[in-house]
Amino acid sequence: MGATGYPVAGRDGLAVLDADEIRRALTRIAHEILERTHGGDEVVLLGIPTRGVPLARRLAARIGEFEGLEVPCGSLDVTMHRDDLRLRPARALGRTDLPPSGVDGKTVVLVDDVLYSGRTVRAALDALTDLGRPRAVQLAVLVDRGHRELPIRADYVGKNLPTSQREVVHVLLAEVDAQDAVMISDEGQPS
Amino acid sequence: MKRHLISAADLSRGDALLILDTAEELASLADRPIKKLPTLRGRTVVNLFFEDSTRTRISFEAAAKRLSADVINFSAKGSSVAKGESLKDTALTLEAMGADAVVIRHSASGAAHRLAGWVRGSVVNAGDGTHEHPTQALLDAFTIRRKLRAASGRGAGLDGIRVTIVGDVLHSRVARSNVLLLSTLGAEVTLAAPPTLLPLAVDTWPCAVSYDLDTALPKSDVVMMLRVQQERMTDAYFPSVREYSRRYGLDTARMARLPDHAIVLHPGPMNRGVEIAAEVADSARSMIVEQVANGVTTRMAVLYLLLGGTEFPEVAS
Repeated sequence: MGATGYPVAGRDGLAVLDADEIRRALTRIAHEILERTHGGDEVVLLGIPTRGVPLARRLAARIGEFEGLEVPCGSLDVTMHRDDLRLRPARALGRTDLPPSGVDGKTVVLVDDVLYSGRTVRAALDALTDLGRPRAVQLAVLVDRGHRELPIRADYVGKNLPTSQREVVHVLLAEVDAQDAVMISDEGQPS
Repeated sequence: MKRHLISAADLSRGDALLILDTAEELASLADRPIKKLPTLRGRTVVNLFFEDSTRTRISFEAAAKRLSADVINFSAKGSSVAKGESLKDTALTLEAMGADAVVIRHSASGAAHRLAGWVRGSVVNAGDGTHEHPTQALLDAFTIRRKLRAASGRGAGLDGIRVTIVGDVLHSRVARSNVLLLSTLGAEVTLAAPPTLLPLAVDTWPCAVSYDLDTALPKSDVVMMLRVQQERMTDAYFPSVREYSRRYGLDTARMARLPDHAIVLHPGPMNRGVEIAAEVADSARSMIVEQVANGVTTRMAVLYLLLGGTEFPEVAS
């Protein structure tokens, strides 16, 4: 970690996406969502805390720019639905914040930073079931790093990143980490 | 967090804030169509109640069920305890049934602490004699924070909030737990009670003491009325209920002396007309109904944090 507490490119790993590339990837995903949902009607974006939430907000802002459409945006905490709770001490909960319009009958796009084992998404699908009955659920991720352990795939991918399971992928976002970058590092290195 | 919740003193400021923040996230569950989470599926919570209680037992039961735990209710009446079984033997029976957590209410101070030495699961003190009732203090702190610190959100303490606790401090486990927890969270606590109803070593508690309620009220953001516990009153602590009520009861005239934003708490059950007038209990300042709802939420947070993660490592004995 650098003095700021955040990973620094070069020392703490290799930057695989910089701020401009993240911006372009999100712009493309926003267009794809509009295409696939025939104009973004009845779409609700739900970010998975922590970094899925600012990503969902950015996508909503872009869709607003392109189509003048206000897409409801919220967050969905999956902690209580995880299958690995018993493997670690009880952890703090994130925020679940549904838009007032709810999710019933909508097309919900789940947004997360990294898709890896697929277990977080599995938990998110369960959490969503308790909140209502969407018409369809889709998944948007900034990075898909492979190594799935469940039959889950993303509908929208910012970048496919082949990794080894030893490696660690960090997504940094300005809202949380004061900068935009995606970094990859070996587990053995300080991170 | 420690493995058991016996005393409010077991909680560091960080622990207490983690519980309050967790409760804050769980509070939205009450507004959802499905008020249930799968988190404690397959785990067993035993409610072990040796003393009468309505709200605390139901509150713990609702909390455990909303987290999908299996709940076994045990009350001393109609059980082997009535036949003379000791607390230890009852505890070993529960242990054999595989309880992951035991919520205990007992008339003897220290019962929860003793129990913690006999069972493998987590012990949650739901009131032991005149000693402590930590989850009541947590739900009171949560109620105060939601009402008076709503804007600060997660991680906020109760710094600078002035809380006056009124009445039978001597017999009150609620008062003791609240003094400890609220001072940990940064609140300034004042006890207002007749000298006969204050415990001996009250000068060592992290709070101020006053015998005069009327001077304390204008400087209070929160007034917490304690129940006059007639079942524990074996001596003459005050001349008459009427006189107690005149000097330490919260009526409308006294309520008018409070600052505009101030709120009134009562742990229940209330003696209307003794420590609190009916008009005050039903007024907009009264948080008594909120306290009950917040009780479920706060106890969910406690059960989740004690049982939701890895099992605590075995204590070397």
